Amino acid sequence: MSYVPDNLKYTESHEWIETLENGNVRIGITEHAQSALGDIVFVELPEEDSYATGDECGVVESVKTASDIYTPIAGTIVAANQALEDTPELINESPYDDGWIFEMEVDNADDIADLMSAEEYRNSIADED
Amino acid sequence: MKNTCLHQAHIDAGAKMVDFGGWDMPINYGSQIEEHHAVRKDKGMFDVSHMTIVDLIGNEAEKFLLKILANDARKLSDGKALYSTMLNENGGIIDDLIVYKRGDNNYRIVVNAGTREKDLAWFEKQIVDFDAEISERSKLAMIAVQGPNAIEACLTALPKDIATQLSELKRFAAIDSENYFIGRTGYTGEDGVEILISEDNAVELWGKLLKAQVQPCGLGARDTLRLESGMHLYGQDMNDDITPLECGLGWTVRKEDFDFIGSDALTALRAKGITRKMTGVVLTERGILRHGQELIDDSGLTGVVTSGSFSPTTEVAIAMAIVDKNMGENVKVQIRKKQLPVKLMKLPFVRNGQSNI
Repeated sequence: MSYVPDNLKYTESHEWIETLENGNVRIGITEHAQSALGDIVFVELPEEDSYATGDECGVVESVKTASDIYTPIAGTIVAANQALEDTPELINESPYDDGWIFEMEVDNADDIADLMSAEEYRNSIADED
Repeated sequence: MKNTCLHQAHIDAGAKMVDFGGWDMPINYGSQIEEHHAVRKDKGMFDVSHMTIVDLIGNEAEKFLLKILANDARKLSDGKALYSTMLNENGGIIDDLIVYKRGDNNYRIVVNAGTREKDLAWFEKQIVDFDAEISERSKLAMIAVQGPNAIEACLTALPKDIATQLSELKRFAAIDSENYFIGRTGYTGEDGVEILISEDNAVELWGKLLKAQVQPCGLGARDTLRLESGMHLYGQDMNDDITPLECGLGWTVRKEDFDFIGSDALTALRAKGITRKMTGVVLTERGILRHGQELIDDSGLTGVVTSGSFSPTTEVAIAMAIVDKNMGENVKVQIRKKQLPVKLMKLPFVRNGQSNI
């Protein structure tokens, strides 16, 4: 069973969402997702711009395959993790911390509550683990 | 889903298993990249028991091979291996394979797992005109041990008499003893062997190789290793609709006689002019080359990536691509919304563990 921290929110496409102190959210992919992808060798980081919910905003590529990253909620991307350009393997090594991918200023903070809880995400991946 | 006899050994070693054409096979045992490096720098082993092994015996076995293979089975002496394609009437590639000569009119053939039904049906259809028989050896397991230190490890894991023979075995030759059929062949570009043995012996040998510090490697590493070495993968770099002359396998086609299936089509194609070729591609910027991406040069000539990946040895993205024969040097690849410059080069990307890029 993959590690799924209780304090984060999740999407069906295996992103995690952390609410920061300033109200922005930080987004990455879950332990389960990085494990399924295998060794990650390239990340196409999102451009700083405004996005709707579910927009394709970047790509994580492992040796095996390419996987799109989606914006879990509407808002403006204000930062991307530049460290991933040279060390994409941070996503494998530290998916919930050093391997974060981007930060958003959210249009509507209520949207965050609608995302999956840790419990719901655990159940959704239970069959695959 | 089908399992090989080593299935439990894979689970025990922590393998991540995937559906590979109906077989539950290890894709990696943790890190595909580490497994790749183990083979390039030291030694690794692959369970390739899903591959299809057939024996061909009969008075006209050689004659049959001359008909169905584009390469020349007459080049084989006893105990030697030959790589060949098998073509349809249009010159398209039904499959690629390795054939070992075991004696007069006595051969062992290894074909791809994904093409098993198609290949067996083709054998059955063509063999009716010949005094020869094909029999599948589905109970044989197959372990590939590859890498600069692979042979040394095998010497410690195999029975003494077999080890003695192995220490003298030449490249592309095979030991053919009662319980061990060992070819000094492989699909990684490194030295090594492919061992065909009974299922019981396979489980025991796998355990002994583990004790000899041989790294278990999944099909993921197998793919990046063969790609770096410029070796073709059936279904990607070749298929039923492309001839060996157009995908870099012209060297495997015999030119002295033209009485194999597909030869008329190849002759017609040569007369008309061959317009495509296989090339190596290197991405000079960040990104990964993938199967299906399109290439275009500054005069509008095009091509398509047939196999692409990140190359662990060279640490850049590499690909094999089928392109217009006259494609120039100023080439770009379309990756999603971007066009990025690439460099074309001769295959392979890696030889003897060293980058050619």
